[in-house]
Amino acid sequence: MNCNSTTKNYYRTEKLPHIWCPGCGHGTLLNAVVRAIEKLGLNKDEVVVVSGIGCSSRAPGYLDFNTLHTTHGRALAFATGIKFANPKLHVIVIMGDGDSSAIGGNHLIHAARRNIDLTTIVFNNNIYGMTGGQYSPTTPYGDFATTSAYGNIEKPFDLCSLAQGAGSTYVGRGTAYHTRLMQNLVEKAIQNKGFSFVEGLSICPTYYGRKNKKGDAFEMHTFYKENCVDIKVAEKDPEKGKNKILIGEFHSCPKPEYTESYQVIIDRFQGMGV
Amino acid sequence: MKKNFELQLSGSGGQGVILAAIILADAAIAQGLNAVQTQSYGPEARGGASKSEVIISSEEIYFPKVRKADILLALTQNSYDKYVDFLDENGILIVDDHVKVDEDLPNKVYNLPILNSAFDKFGTRMVANIISVGAIYALLGENVIDKNIMLRSITERVPPVTVEKNIAAFNEGIKLIRG
Amino acid sequence: MSNKKYKLLQGNEACVEGALAAGMRFFAGYPITPSTEIAEISSQRLPLIGGKFIQMEDELASMAAIIGASLTGLKSMTATSGPGFSLMQENIGYAAITETPCVIVNVQRGGPSTGLPTSPAQGDVMQAKWGTHGDHPVVALTPNSVQETYEYTVKAFNIAEKYRTPVILLMDETVGHMREKMIIKDPSEIEVINRKKPNCKPIEYIAFKPDKDMVPPMAAFGEGYRYHVTGLVHDETGFPTNNNEVAENLIRRLVEKIEKNIEDFSYYEEYRLEDAEVVIVAYGGVSRSAKYAVDELRKKNIKAGMFRPITIWPFLEKQIREVGLRAKEIYVAEMNLGQYFLEVERVAGKYCSVKKINKVNGELMTPDEIINSIGGNI
Repeated sequence: MNCNSTTKNYYRTEKLPHIWCPGCGHGTLLNAVVRAIEKLGLNKDEVVVVSGIGCSSRAPGYLDFNTLHTTHGRALAFATGIKFANPKLHVIVIMGDGDSSAIGGNHLIHAARRNIDLTTIVFNNNIYGMTGGQYSPTTPYGDFATTSAYGNIEKPFDLCSLAQGAGSTYVGRGTAYHTRLMQNLVEKAIQNKGFSFVEGLSICPTYYGRKNKKGDAFEMHTFYKENCVDIKVAEKDPEKGKNKILIGEFHSCPKPEYTESYQVIIDRFQGMGV
Repeated sequence: MKKNFELQLSGSGGQGVILAAIILADAAIAQGLNAVQTQSYGPEARGGASKSEVIISSEEIYFPKVRKADILLALTQNSYDKYVDFLDENGILIVDDHVKVDEDLPNKVYNLPILNSAFDKFGTRMVANIISVGAIYALLGENVIDKNIMLRSITERVPPVTVEKNIAAFNEGIKLIRG
Repeated sequence: MSNKKYKLLQGNEACVEGALAAGMRFFAGYPITPSTEIAEISSQRLPLIGGKFIQMEDELASMAAIIGASLTGLKSMTATSGPGFSLMQENIGYAAITETPCVIVNVQRGGPSTGLPTSPAQGDVMQAKWGTHGDHPVVALTPNSVQETYEYTVKAFNIAEKYRTPVILLMDETVGHMREKMIIKDPSEIEVINRKKPNCKPIEYIAFKPDKDMVPPMAAFGEGYRYHVTGLVHDETGFPTNNNEVAENLIRRLVEKIEKNIEDFSYYEEYRLEDAEVVIVAYGGVSRSAKYAVDELRKKNIKAGMFRPITIWPFLEKQIREVGLRAKEIYVAEMNLGQYFLEVERVAGKYCSVKKINKVNGELMTPDEIINSIGGNI
């Protein structure tokens, strides 16, 4: 296989090709994550990539780090154990929309609330892909899925607002089209000492796209290109942000980090009363 | 001494009957005896009926629960009503003096002003449990557990700032029995 | 009294003492009666020795967190009771298939559902065996005293580490909340086993390739051995596969590494069994009543004895068969409607009569109840 140096250095190339469908946005999002790690020059031995269950969860298997493919929704809880047990490790958690906000919603808000130093990246394709196209907590109102045959009557989560509201100290959104932005956001998220949340808008031509007549992968990428506006632009000129998807860095506000706060307790009490 | 003593301490949640039982069990093992302490309680942290049990024995204790109580302490009417049937036919009953005891109860009964003494002499009903420990200790007798061991057990199990008050309460309990 | 060799301790306190003696350095849990003291004491003690305690958002997360911590090399434990144990089942299966050592304490209370939160029961015996889906290895130990809780918590860690498997300490409210004398051992008297580590170079490390003892050496995340861990069926490299032969071999190895080594952790007590015709099989809190009952029955000239499994899973088939061959009658006394009975009957039923004595009202089964059940049948 012909590969560039990033691929050679950071992927388990023998595990490729990946299982994702042609046109899936996950590969580009994953590459943005890898390039961010490369740019920061993290020691591969000290990087742990954790995932849950779903299409997104297969990502760590392709990466040459310490990798953990856990149970559905629980990635952040496993990651909390890893980070807390060994704070030297850089723990990056890749989840899907259903994975992170339906079955794993409780773990998401609590990991954010604790402000534990985890870099959480959600590959949001608005659908349960692995199981064949059921509606998820981010499927837009009125859209179709195999379990919303008459249109979705549930209101979707804004994952970034959810993460920020729960206490996440770094929040941003990129897309599978805006790969450079995505890479920048992940870089900053890794650098933030605390709970960071980056939503990567993905595309699922196979299920979400097909069910909702969104066209092929090219058209779905074009949709992001034409309908996403950086929050800085929208803040300067609200007209430009009207009825658009906001992307960019939404929130960056460092606060005391969980494992550091616990270390303060250890430093103060270690050796006492033993 | 008798081979084993089965003690049942009851009251309402928050009166400290569990701590009282722990102090007795702690002292018993410090004395070189065997002791098992258990409790049963409801969902309430305060109020409700609370029961704590101690078995003290010179032999290994298998069944950890009181089958027939040699001494039953009841600090409330509710706990007396609920647990009086556990009293052995030769068992001794200690009740706070506000508790109405069946007139035909054949057992030896000590009606003691435990709650009022706690309040009048120590300014807090919090020490009623330790007054009770004093009373139970006095009935068990010095040949079962040494008094110094009892005092040490109390000292180690109550909050440090209350040690003096609790030791005085313990002595008050002994006085209520021995006069 | 600090120079004293023994202490009055609660079962739940003894569990933490045992865990610390075994080397526990990580605890994640969620409050639940009647196990909460284990979390409370762990939260106080662990930072004093540089260990970590975290209260997670639920028991699903607690179980996940201890597996994560164990993957970094720390000995990890959680503690719960019935409702929480139900939630932990998902990731107990994950620990089993990923061969991640950890200890799960279940202080049993009345069930099903919220049941009787402050009362003893033994209704989770079968759940401990079959709670998580799929065939999987299970080791469950059942202490019946404060002293045993201490000692078998240590053993639970040792088995978990030696065999890379989750181990369940199946307590009950009686033992968890009971206080009695416990002898504090000197650390030199306690055998502590640590997991096997790879001694090859990282490049040569095949993460799930077992040694002759069927257990693969385990590297910690962060030590330079970059490997993949998944709850999917995987080959020796740790990567998922649908290969039928690999799947068959993996599941068989996971189960057999425990079942073929059962002699290594077959713990039990035999009481007055030599000439016993009537044998009470009991475990945990109920066994204390059973022992008392044996003495009382002997006074009535009934040749009674007791067999008490401490290793409740895997099932002590060899020992129970022996009991069945020698006894005329076996009574399985337990605080459920006959769970362990099913296994005893399966193995001993062809040799002698196997009957059950059950109680599910939230009170510890008494010696009198056992005596009356047996007396009525003799």
